[in-house]
Amino acid sequence: MKILVAIKRVVDPVVRVRPLVDGNGMDIAKARTVTNPFCEIAVEEAVRLKEQGVATEVVVVSIGPPSVQEQLRNALALGADRALHIQTDSSLEPLSIAKVLRVIVSQELPQLILLGKQSIDGDHNQTGQMLAALCGYPQGTFASHIDYKKDEVWVTRELDSGLETLALALPAVITTDLRLNQPRFPTMPNIMKARQKPLEIIALETISMDVQPRLQTLAVEAPKLRQQGVKVVDVAELVDKLRQEAKVL
Amino acid sequence: MTLLNNSTALVVIEQDATGFSPINLKVMGAIECLRKFTRLTVDLLVVGKDCTAVAETAARIPGIRQVLVADGSGGEHQLSEALSPWLADLAFAYDYLVMGSTTFGKNLLPRVAALMDIQPVTDVVAIESTNTFQRPIYAGNALMRVMTDQATTLLSIRASVFTAVRFGELVAPVIAIAPPPAQVLSRLLSQQQVQVYTERPELTAARVVVSGGRGLQSGDNFQLLYQLADKLEAAVGASRAAVDAGFAANDIQVGQTGKVVAPELYIAVGLSGAIQHIAGMRDSKVVVAINKDPDAPIFQVADYGLVADLFTAIPELIELL
Ligand SMILES: Cc1cc2nc3c(=O)[nH]c(=O)nc-3n(C[C@H](O)[C@H](O)[C@H](O)COP(=O)(O)OP(=O)(O)OC[C@H]3O[C@@H](n4cnc5c(N)ncnc54)[C@H](O)[C@@H]3O)c2cc1C
Ligand SMILES: Nc1ncnc2c1ncn2[C@@H]1O[C@H](COP(=O)(O)O)[C@@H](O)[C@H]1O
Repeated sequence: MKILVAIKRVVDPVVRVRPLVDGNGMDIAKARTVTNPFCEIAVEEAVRLKEQGVATEVVVVSIGPPSVQEQLRNALALGADRALHIQTDSSLEPLSIAKVLRVIVSQELPQLILLGKQSIDGDHNQTGQMLAALCGYPQGTFASHIDYKKDEVWVTRELDSGLETLALALPAVITTDLRLNQPRFPTMPNIMKARQKPLEIIALETISMDVQPRLQTLAVEAPKLRQQGVKVVDVAELVDKLRQEAKVL
Repeated sequence: MTLLNNSTALVVIEQDATGFSPINLKVMGAIECLRKFTRLTVDLLVVGKDCTAVAETAARIPGIRQVLVADGSGGEHQLSEALSPWLADLAFAYDYLVMGSTTFGKNLLPRVAALMDIQPVTDVVAIESTNTFQRPIYAGNALMRVMTDQATTLLSIRASVFTAVRFGELVAPVIAIAPPPAQVLSRLLSQQQVQVYTERPELTAARVVVSGGRGLQSGDNFQLLYQLADKLEAAVGASRAAVDAGFAANDIQVGQTGKVVAPELYIAVGLSGAIQHIAGMRDSKVVVAINKDPDAPIFQVADYGLVADLFTAIPELIELL
């Protein structure tokens, strides 16, 4: 069984990012980047399925500029077997990413496709669902547990109202939530070994696809900041302020 | 601001354990905002099995043309594999397809969008014209203003920032339509619904929210927060660290990857105020932080900060209320 994992390079979540003053984007040119935390969880899950003997091959794919190879190498060091870099300098909308990934799916024919539930820069939470739609596959979004059965996969999903478990026919698309697993760190020998693993570079243009943006970004702005308030000395003053000043009690 | 001619919107009604979800009234609040820019004919869609009661409730929402109800086993459990192709077919006839940005909407809308070959605008927090919207990115560190001119505009609404509409006197017609056909790609095995506290408001609809973090130290200690919540008729929320540690259920996580709330009063107890947490509560009207560390970042967004040990402060607070 082959697993395809789609990973994205994002600004480290601990970095405090701000919009550029001209409103044309984010001030992130020099910010530290990492693998999107949800994608790390997807890689970890795939590697565990391989260690359990369920998966035979784990292929990772990332769409972006050459710098994403750093994240692909990292995934190889964590245990993925092979990497695909779809090279483009444009930043694509989720629909376009899904269209490109669909082409990869049609070439690789994986049984399971793992994605993060959301990228922490765009916060879209769309790509996995779109890919599932385009492939005509079932989807298990926001997964906190995955149980691979013989001809189907059982996915426990985190919902606003609790949890639910779905049985999905294979092939299936699964998007990971934070509690699915705790990703490991790569070891030094594995980082060395990863350098020898295959990483194929494919120009986006060779995957003839309609990837023109559908939305026009007019501006990126800072949100209204909350004013820092006051410190109260004790609980009595707090209750008093909430009653008399804020009038919320 | 030119008022465009007529347009039509289809709003997907969300159901929860109690039936009609209160989220719908806030999504309709966003529809009211859209009405400022266009004369809007609104249809509501209720799909599922045994959902006529929900449809009858939805029919009391003011200003709508009709409620379409698709009742049948194909729509049972509202699995997106069944709903999406069927909904894509329906939605082509409308200018807008709208739902809440809940786990239900997040699961369904992108799948429908891809089938329609449309890039949706998700997590809408402001409607600025018929085709210009704002959505947060980078955990709310920035707002992006986007314009779309696609055949149908697909929107998911961040309900917490819109004002709920009230039920009206009139009842709109409820029209039965054919439900989605059965499918074999997915089936529900089980639901582990968390306890529904009927005596406590729902987290995203509550006037007051009390949230706890890792500082609570245990699930048992979370009872303290529930006692406080009872006094305030509040809902209880949690930080990710508290959920990960098993102190609280996943469905009460507030933040970038959990629920987004905007109550009149948000009381943050024993949580540090990571940016990912603030993303879920920054639009609250009044924020109170109780933390023993005077440098905790939560104080930067708090209207009232109390530097104290929560284990003494919370019992005192309960006493004084
Ligand atoms: C991709 C990603 C997504 C995330 N999404 C979310 C999300 O949706 N929601 C979320 O909350 N987090 C999220 N996080 C995690 C977030 O970054 C923080 O790790 C988390 O919010 C910390 O939780 P906490 O404040 O409870 O814990 P801590 O940061 O450990 O803070 C505990 C606080 O309790 C205080 N305290 C301890 N004991 C006491 C006491 N006796 N009395 C008073 N105060 C006390 C301490 O001073 C401290 O400030 C996400 C992280 C990532 C990387
Ligand atoms: N450029 C990309 N390359 C590879 N995978 C991506 C890319 N963008 C998004 N994804 C995948 O889609 C998931 C959800 O992203 P999004 O829909 O943007 O929130 C991510 O966690 C990745 O698994």
